[in-house]
Amino acid sequence: MHNQTLAQLSKGLAAKKYSSVELTQYYLERIKKFDPMLNSFITILERIALEQARRVDQLRVTNENHSPLLGIPFAHKDIFCTQGVKTSCGSKMLDNFIAPYDATIVTRLHDAGTVLLGKTNMDEFAMGSSSENSFYGPVRNPWDCDRVPGGSSGGSAAAVAAGLIPAATGTDTGGSIRQPASLCGITGLKPTYGRISRYGMIAFASSLDQAGSMTRTAEDAAFLLNVMAGYDEKDSTCVNQPVPDYRKNLNDSLEGLKIGLPKEYFIEGLDHQVERIISDVIREYEKMGASVKALSLPHQHLSVPIYYVIAPAECSSNLARFDGVRFGYRCKNPKDLEDFYKRSRAEGFGEEVKRRIMIGTYVLSAGYYDAYYLQSQKIRRLISQDFQNAFKEVDVILGPTTPTCAFKLGEKTNDPVSMYLSDIYTISAPLAGLPSISIPAGFIKGLPIGVQLITNYFTEAKLLNIAHQYQQITSWHHDMPPQFSPAS
Amino acid sequence: MSILTRPTVEKIAHLARLAITEEETSTHVKNLSAIFELVAQIKMTNTVDISPMAHPLDIPQPLRSDEVTEKDQRKLLQSIADSSAIKSGLYSVPKAY
Repeated sequence: MHNQTLAQLSKGLAAKKYSSVELTQYYLERIKKFDPMLNSFITILERIALEQARRVDQLRVTNENHSPLLGIPFAHKDIFCTQGVKTSCGSKMLDNFIAPYDATIVTRLHDAGTVLLGKTNMDEFAMGSSSENSFYGPVRNPWDCDRVPGGSSGGSAAAVAAGLIPAATGTDTGGSIRQPASLCGITGLKPTYGRISRYGMIAFASSLDQAGSMTRTAEDAAFLLNVMAGYDEKDSTCVNQPVPDYRKNLNDSLEGLKIGLPKEYFIEGLDHQVERIISDVIREYEKMGASVKALSLPHQHLSVPIYYVIAPAECSSNLARFDGVRFGYRCKNPKDLEDFYKRSRAEGFGEEVKRRIMIGTYVLSAGYYDAYYLQSQKIRRLISQDFQNAFKEVDVILGPTTPTCAFKLGEKTNDPVSMYLSDIYTISAPLAGLPSISIPAGFIKGLPIGVQLITNYFTEAKLLNIAHQYQQITSWHHDMPPQFSPAS
Repeated sequence: MSILTRPTVEKIAHLARLAITEEETSTHVKNLSAIFELVAQIKMTNTVDISPMAHPLDIPQPLRSDEVTEKDQRKLLQSIADSSAIKSGLYSVPKAY
């Protein structure tokens, strides 16, 4: 049952093969049995989940018109506020924080009938590419527990990959959905900036942050996006655009599809075996009638440098609210107000968060703003224009999600620049605000690797169609890590 | 040579209201300098006549009328807050120095 997709489980529930209570109990048992090896959950909500499962089973009896998500076990990344439940964002700073309200997508997915089993582990405040920067300890990759699952949505990725939950939310600021999806062998969708409300999603870098889904398949991502997408007046950056049925065009033919291959994606540093897998993916698309065109994204090489100006700048501003006064961690025995602020923040935040606050504070400080922040925002426009020029010639841009497979725990923790470069292929899409997906594309020495697809603004239906068609002729997305394959 | 000096790092930490130890200062000098070496290449890019991009979709900030929209949630907030921080329905806060 744990290797089934959300779509299959939805059918099983509708056909009364099992109840939501049975399904919920099954997944709770798996979490209890396997999560000690992965540390993918921060909070497990057994009682709340079983109560909710009982309610939705009743609803199925009394109401014939229900959502396809009714009764599906689900998990949220611990960055989403959940009323009455700890929402830690992976930080000691919020270890004692009980959210007083629900994030909009928490409400939407609850109203659609999903059953919340828990909150998943993550890099603190979503800052990281390995899920090692969590106050609650590192998450491990189910394909090799000595390796990282990627980050920052590593808890969601590991839990979905190991079959501890059929699907979960993630957030993506520079690759935090797609990079762990690639390293864990699952499907990770980051929609267009503004497609999904950010209300109740703890802010890291507000002009980049976007919620999305971590699932086994593109079809499952379409199920979820149908519920998650849409205007929300509580988020002023949420865009008021009609929400299509994202499942409707999944089976459209790809005959005539134009795929762009940016030469900048196939450079030194890309693992040769990853390159070979991407070539295999291209061949599969060609068999389906797509054509391939080489192109250039000339400012791609500046994506990582400007990201590490813009994201820390916004983070230093957003995280100024954590001052120990109103909520969150508070230091003991301060000698004066300045000591109170400084020690509350120094003791409450982890190393990577402090590092980014420091970078952001520096680039926004007097004398450096124009040279760093303003210059980066101008280059951001050049990167965005490169994509728009590309989309005049092609429908989708294809390339690797990550330059390598999952690396070992601790391998990059003392070298932040090396860690930052693991997001080299994922950072440009959020800088431009474009939708992007990573889907499983193969294995290298038993470790999964993903391929990344990027399309133009608000064309998630097309993006999901392209991903789904690949998953109709391949089976990488069905593979389970052997250690987690047995039923509990 | 490091791009950032110890006094610069100490100044940034003060502006960010972060207490740092001597040892942490050394680590920050090393790591932040390496990061700014990576970032330095942005200075070489010609951005004359390019307007900065603050919003990925270049959409203006929507405004609403200046009206109170939030209901009083005092009871709810007190019910979920740390009970040791609530005294006689009031919040206990640190002493103002």
